[in-house]
Amino acid sequence: MTALEQANQLKAKFGDLISEPTGVHGEIAVQLADAERIGDVCAFAKTELGFDYLVDISSLDNYGEDPRWTVVYHLRGLANRCELRLTTSVSEEKSELPTITSVWRTANWHEREIYDMMGIRFRGHPDLRRILMWEGYPYFPLRKDFPLGGKPSELPEVAFSKAAPMEGGPFVTIPGGKDAVEREPRVRTPEN
Amino acid sequence: MQLNVSRVCGPRKTDFMSEVQNIDFSDPAAQAASVAEELQDMQGEKMVLNMGPSHPATHGVLRIVLELDGELITRAVPDVGYLHRGDEKIAENMTYTQFIPYTDRLDYLSPMANNVAYALAVEKLLGIHDKLPPRCQYIRVICAELARISSHLLGLGAFAMDVGALTVFLLVFTEREKIYNLCESLTGARFTTSYTRVGGVARDTPPGWCDAVRHFLDEVSVNIAEVETLLTRNKIWVDRTRDVGVISKEMAIDYGLSGPNLRGSGVDYDLRKAQPYLCYPDLQFDVPLGSVGDCYDRYLVRMEEMRQSVRLIHQCLDKIPGGPDNQANEPVNVADGKVVLPPKNRVLSGMEELIHQFMLVTQGMNVPPGEIYFGHENPKGELGFYIHSRGGGTPYRMKIRSPSFVNLSILSELMPGHLMSDTVVILGSLDFVMGECDR
Repeated sequence: MTALEQANQLKAKFGDLISEPTGVHGEIAVQLADAERIGDVCAFAKTELGFDYLVDISSLDNYGEDPRWTVVYHLRGLANRCELRLTTSVSEEKSELPTITSVWRTANWHEREIYDMMGIRFRGHPDLRRILMWEGYPYFPLRKDFPLGGKPSELPEVAFSKAAPMEGGPFVTIPGGKDAVEREPRVRTPEN
Repeated sequence: MQLNVSRVCGPRKTDFMSEVQNIDFSDPAAQAASVAEELQDMQGEKMVLNMGPSHPATHGVLRIVLELDGELITRAVPDVGYLHRGDEKIAENMTYTQFIPYTDRLDYLSPMANNVAYALAVEKLLGIHDKLPPRCQYIRVICAELARISSHLLGLGAFAMDVGALTVFLLVFTEREKIYNLCESLTGARFTTSYTRVGGVARDTPPGWCDAVRHFLDEVSVNIAEVETLLTRNKIWVDRTRDVGVISKEMAIDYGLSGPNLRGSGVDYDLRKAQPYLCYPDLQFDVPLGSVGDCYDRYLVRMEEMRQSVRLIHQCLDKIPGGPDNQANEPVNVADGKVVLPPKNRVLSGMEELIHQFMLVTQGMNVPPGEIYFGHENPKGELGFYIHSRGGGTPYRMKIRSPSFVNLSILSELMPGHLMSDTVVILGSLDFVMGECDR
C-alpha cells in the first residue's frame, strides 16, 4: 500500500476533515481541518494504516495570518516504508490542541519543545514544561515577533548579540533597497 | 536492595564501644555509634542525586536528576538545553548556504555527515536531488561513512572509558586522528568541515587523497579488530553491559529511537536501505541488528557498522567516477549557475557568471515555495531537516529533527530499576551528543 492510498483511506474515514493529498518530490501531505481531532486521526493512522513510528512534530508561525499556528506531524510506517505529513492549524487565541502522547510516547519531548519555542499548549500532556529554555523564561523564541537579538529577561547579561555597527558605509545591493544596517537580521522586526 | 542499617551497625555497637576506650571522643568518627541510631530513622528515605550538567559520563552538558533508593534508581529526570544556541531561529535569518557551517556544530563528532544531510535536504527542496553528478554522490558517501567511523570510534571509546577500559579510548583516538588528517586535506579544516555545498561539494578530492583513505581503511580495520579482542569477550565488559538497559522492539519504536539504538533493539530500519539516497543503491552493505536490545547489542551493532562503513568506502573508491584523482574531469557540482557558485576565473571574465555570483552571494539561491522533510542516516540516528520555504533565499522555518534529542527522551523510562553504576553504561551505549540534542 502506498502512502497515497493510505492518505485516501484516512480521507475516507474522516471525510471532509482531511484535505486532498498534496506534496512534492514524492512526499504525501494532508491537512486536518479540526485540530481537536488530531488524537483520533493519529490513533487511526497508527492502528489501522500501519504508521507505527512518529518521526517528528514541528510547528510553524504564520505571523500576520489567521490561524497563526501550524503544527506538522511526520508519520512513518516502518514495515510498509511509507511516510505521511499531517498538518493542522491552531488559532492564536486558542493556542492549544490535544496531546498525542498516548499514541506515541516520543511525542512527549516534541510537544514540550513546541510549547517551549512557540508557546502552543498541548492539552492532556503529562509534563508540559519548558525543555530547552529554562523554567521561568518569559518568551517564546521561535515566534516571528521575537527578535534574533533576543529580549532581556530577569537573567542579566545572557548571550546578547547586538546589530553589527557596519562601519565604513552601508552597502546597498539593490537600488532603493535597505542598507546593510537595516537589513541586519538582529535589528529586524517582523513588520519590516 | 535496601540497606538495612540496624543489622549492619547494631551488633557492632557494643564491640565498638569496648574496643575504643582510649580514643578522643571529640573526633566525629568516634560518634559513629550515635549516628547509626539516627540512621535507623532514615531507612527507606530516598536520595536525590544531581548528575551533570558537567559530568564526564554525560558526554557534554546533559543533566539528569536521579532519585535513588540505596544504589537503585527509582526515578530519572533528564534535563537538556544547556547547549541551546537557537540554530533554528538563526537559520530563518540567513541564506541556505550561510547555514552550512552551523550544521558542523550540530553533531560535532561527525560534521561531514551533517553537511551531507543538510545539503541533500535543500537539494530536495530545490528539486535537484536526482541531478547530482555521480562523482559528487560518491564523494559524499565517502564523507558520510568516514564520519560514521569517526563518530562510532569515539562513541565506543568514551563508552569503554566510562566502564573502565581506558586502553580502548587511546586506541580509537589514534585512528580518529587519521580521519582528522584526511578531513584536513580534503576540506581544509579538521573539525568544522563545512564541506558540502547545495548542489555539490566545496572542492574535488586533492591528489592522492583516495589512496590515503585506502591506507587509512587498512589501518582502521586492524584497529577495529583489536578493539574487538579487547572488549567483545572481555568478562568485565560483558558483565557490565549484557542485559543492562534493555530496550524492547516496541519501546524503541514508541520512543522514536533511530540509528544504532533502534537497530540494536532488532528493528530493521536503515534509511540508507529504506529510502535510498545518493549512490547507496549501487553499493553492497549489510545492516546489523541486535536481538535483545541491551547495551551489549548496541555495542555490537556499532562495531559491525564500522566494518560495513569500511566496506562501503572501499567500494566507493573502486567505483568513483573519474578515477581517484579525477583524470576524466568529472564534474562535482550541479551545472546550474543559479544554485552553485561559478568558478572564480569565469566570474572575472564573463558577464553571466558575474551576475550569478553576485546574486548568489547577496541574496542566495531562489528556492521555490514549498515544504519538504529529508531524513539522513547519521551516525547517531536519523538527522532530519523539515524546511518550509515561502520562496527567496532564506527558509521561512527550518526544523532540525536531531536523533540525540529523541534518543534521550527514553532515559526516564529506561533508567529506573537499574543500579547507579549502570547510568554510565546506559548513557555510553545510547551514544548521544548534546550539540545536536540542544541545537
